[in-house]
Amino acid sequence: MNAIINTRDLGKRYRGRPALTECTLSIPAGSVTGLVGPNGAGKSTFLNLVTGMLRPSTGTIQVLGSAPAAQLAKVGFVAQDTPVYAGLSISDHFRLGAHLNPAWDRGYASARITRLGLDPKQKAGRLSGGQRAQLALTMAIAKRPSLLILDEPVAALDPLARRGFIDDLTEAARTRQMSVVLSSHLVSDLERACDWLVVLNDGRVRAAGPIRHLLAAHPGMTTEDMVLTYLEMTS
Amino acid sequence: MTWLTWRQSRIQFVAAALALAVLALVYGLTGSGLNHLYGLYGAHPAVFLAQVRTGRYPLLYFAGGAIMYLAPLVIGAFWGAPLVARELEAGTHRLAWNQSVTRTRWLVMKLAIGGGAAMLFAGLASLLLTWWAGPIDRAGGFPLGTSQLSKFQPIVFGTRGIVPVGAAALAFTIGVCAGLLLRRVIPAMAVTLGLFAALLVAMPLTVSPHLITPAQYTRPVTASLTTMAVSGNGQLNDPVKDMPGGWILTDQIITKSGSVFVLPDVPACQTGTQAQCDAWLAAQPLRQHVVYQPASRYWAYQILETSIWLAIAAALSALCLRRIRSVQ
Repeated sequence: MNAIINTRDLGKRYRGRPALTECTLSIPAGSVTGLVGPNGAGKSTFLNLVTGMLRPSTGTIQVLGSAPAAQLAKVGFVAQDTPVYAGLSISDHFRLGAHLNPAWDRGYASARITRLGLDPKQKAGRLSGGQRAQLALTMAIAKRPSLLILDEPVAALDPLARRGFIDDLTEAARTRQMSVVLSSHLVSDLERACDWLVVLNDGRVRAAGPIRHLLAAHPGMTTEDMVLTYLEMTS
Repeated sequence: MTWLTWRQSRIQFVAAALALAVLALVYGLTGSGLNHLYGLYGAHPAVFLAQVRTGRYPLLYFAGGAIMYLAPLVIGAFWGAPLVARELEAGTHRLAWNQSVTRTRWLVMKLAIGGGAAMLFAGLASLLLTWWAGPIDRAGGFPLGTSQLSKFQPIVFGTRGIVPVGAAALAFTIGVCAGLLLRRVIPAMAVTLGLFAALLVAMPLTVSPHLITPAQYTRPVTASLTTMAVSGNGQLNDPVKDMPGGWILTDQIITKSGSVFVLPDVPACQTGTQAQCDAWLAAQPLRQHVVYQPASRYWAYQILETSIWLAIAAALSALCLRRIRSVQ
């Protein structure tokens, strides 16, 4: 099994307060991994360590076989609250993408925006939360990453849009051969899309593995109940 | 990156270009008139300077100086400070730094393009205004009371030649650094304004006079209330007239022992007439002590001060590039 993310005793402290503790994980390439846990569980911290936006306090992390930030071009990241430039139009964002990414897929970006019914001349600041998330996702995919990271991408979306976004993402992951790691505090967002699951609580990994295996260990439970069981565990 | 920098700062670029165009128009048109005047009266500086004191020339002269002082402040606060702070404030650095370009390279390009443009803008403005004020500077400087504002005077020095280029680079870099450290636009702008203004004042007061060991002379004088100014504490001051274009650091009337002469309580000067006091003063063995930077050092000084500004700017840039790696 080829690991796309490998961590050993990974930890991160903010001013002495632990946000992530002794996280040892190996996420296989080709998987769509859901990172689930309540607010403040350490999901964002973990994802920011994967993208190299944060540096670990302890332990080691390897992404695509090297240090996190070393593979910028191969990792797409949709950060929390899906930041975009309010003053730039959608097509400005695509020009930005084309200038800053050698493998930029122009055709894909414009086709996807057309399919979503968005006007390329629209300023990003005037997009709805869902449209902004779509723009951020389009940019992350168009750089042709091997690994796509999304931090609470559907948090600002209504339930119907959530489902559409996740299905769309799963489809893109399959056709463009990306591994995906996305986080949510709602199991329902993830169970449709993911084949792998990491349950985080209080900065610690409570469970990690293929969903099928985790469910097999809890006969008769729904994914949601199973996750709750893990979250209620104390170390 | 070039495109992105342009796209994000185009308001500033366009505003700078417009400002430069207006300056070129105003000073280009009036500058030829001033040159014509110098052609007519240049051989007689006093006549030429009397002409310069009339019409719009005083306003244009001082406005030009003010513009050269304001330009780096505006560049630092409105161009440098928001450069990184705006990204950190809006969270867009998380978008920018997750493209295929490292954040270090991102900042290097932003610093190079923004700083380069700021220097170019300041350089062109200085070229224009230095040319405009050229005839006045050649005539010894703008007349002010009994003395003149030569181009070596601290207040004028930084608005001429190449110094504004260094000042623009420094103000811009201070802005970028403040934005990176404070992470918010408005506080970064305030700190930039304060810090740069402080440097601008501190430089001629503390550092500049000693960059090159000043020249000095002491010579006997005949002190007189008729030709000299008396300051409130009784010190006499004899304006140096025979040093056009030099920068006078100290100009004192001293006693034989070397201490500064203060008008004493002698009856001739206390209750007598001015003539009686002058007669008493003429009998004193007084000397004039002048410490100065001669006019011939003007360009050495221009290069030195510009180099200092650029060196601080480079050090701050290096600090920013180190710091950005640990920004979260």
